Amino acid sequence: MSAVLAFLGLLAVAAGAGFFVAGTAGVIRFPDTPSRLHALTKADNLGLGLVVLGLLPFVPGWFFALKLLLVWALVLLSGATAAQLIAERVRGPEPPA
Amino acid sequence: MTLDGVLAGVLDGLLAALVLAAAGWTLAAPAAFPATIGFVGFGLLLTLAWVRLGAPDVALTEAAIGTGATGVILLLAVVRLRGGEEEVSAATPGRALVLAAGLLAGAVGLALALAVLALPDPAPGLAAEAAARTAPLGLGNPVAAVLMVFRGLDTLLESVVLVFTVLAVWSMAPDRHWGGRPGPEFPRQDDGPLALLARLLPPVGLVIGIYIAWVGTDAPGGKFQGGTILAAMWVVAWAAGLVQAPSVADRRVRLMLVAGPLVFVLVGLAGFGIADGFLAYPPALAKPLILVIEAAMTLSVAAALALLIAGPPEHPPERVT
Repeated sequence: MSAVLAFLGLLAVAAGAGFFVAGTAGVIRFPDTPSRLHALTKADNLGLGLVVLGLLPFVPGWFFALKLLLVWALVLLSGATAAQLIAERVRGPEPPA
Repeated sequence: MTLDGVLAGVLDGLLAALVLAAAGWTLAAPAAFPATIGFVGFGLLLTLAWVRLGAPDVALTEAAIGTGATGVILLLAVVRLRGGEEEVSAATPGRALVLAAGLLAGAVGLALALAVLALPDPAPGLAAEAAARTAPLGLGNPVAAVLMVFRGLDTLLESVVLVFTVLAVWSMAPDRHWGGRPGPEFPRQDDGPLALLARLLPPVGLVIGIYIAWVGTDAPGGKFQGGTILAAMWVVAWAAGLVQAPSVADRRVRLMLVAGPLVFVLVGLAGFGIADGFLAYPPALAKPLILVIEAAMTLSVAAALALLIAGPPEHPPERVT
């Protein structure tokens, strides 16, 4: 593993952590549920994505990397679904077109 | 002390403080719903604590069963209790009893903490011996060796308890609902986010659940963690209305529920003939036999957890026409 890759990895993890901090601040400070959901899903999607990306240079093998990417994909899927479900509940059913 | 040591100490201290804060918040929460959310947060923090203690097997179980499955069961209980305010307040213990229970729990916790702190370093135990005897059995995970070989009886009884918990939940049903489908019935969703999730997630989740159960003999994982994921996949499809819960009278469901303990007991009895006694394995056959038990147990854990989440039958059985 080259030093450059390790440095880029750590940079990505730090950026990911930054997204989590910002997302948490958003969940606490934003005024209503939809904007809180926006903050929450940004932290989950981008924050976790950057952390996973940053950890890739440090993994011992490709299977390990695949599992990390799978974790991210599953969180993307479940996070997006949960956010949609909560938003739907808050807004009420869509008016008929 | 090195910088790494200081940082690890700060991290562990923060984590311990957060676990305590989440526990306190859960107890102090004004209503059942926020208390349940607090409990789930508490469980996730506890999972991290187990990871920091180097116990990934316990961490996985805490995340899967202690937080995920229990969290869903509690949330459904909160929903079921709505509208029953009178019964709930009649069944809620008084302030004095709550205080007494809290003091008792606090005293036990404190005594345990003092006992752990008073242990000599390194703590006495059988860990080294268990680790040394794991490899000759063909297993790579000493936790699996302890659960299935050295303390197999405990795990067997645990697997039987799981069947009894389902029976206890089913026995909550009134007589007229006996034979019906357990739990609420969800309307079938053909589009929308939940319908999409219920179609995309299960194929992936089933593979992951089986993988985690399979890998348990060599790495962190096992029947309970894998079975929980399998149960969760069914719950997603059930909540989206894509599948219906099977009737509690369905023999296939009952067979699935008892398959694990049954195979466990049969393999245990076979130990009298092929090894030194009950639940003993001949070393050459240890791993295949354990995998057979684990496979049946995974099925039973998945069935039991799914049935515990669904709850007792809530409607009379449908008439066969």
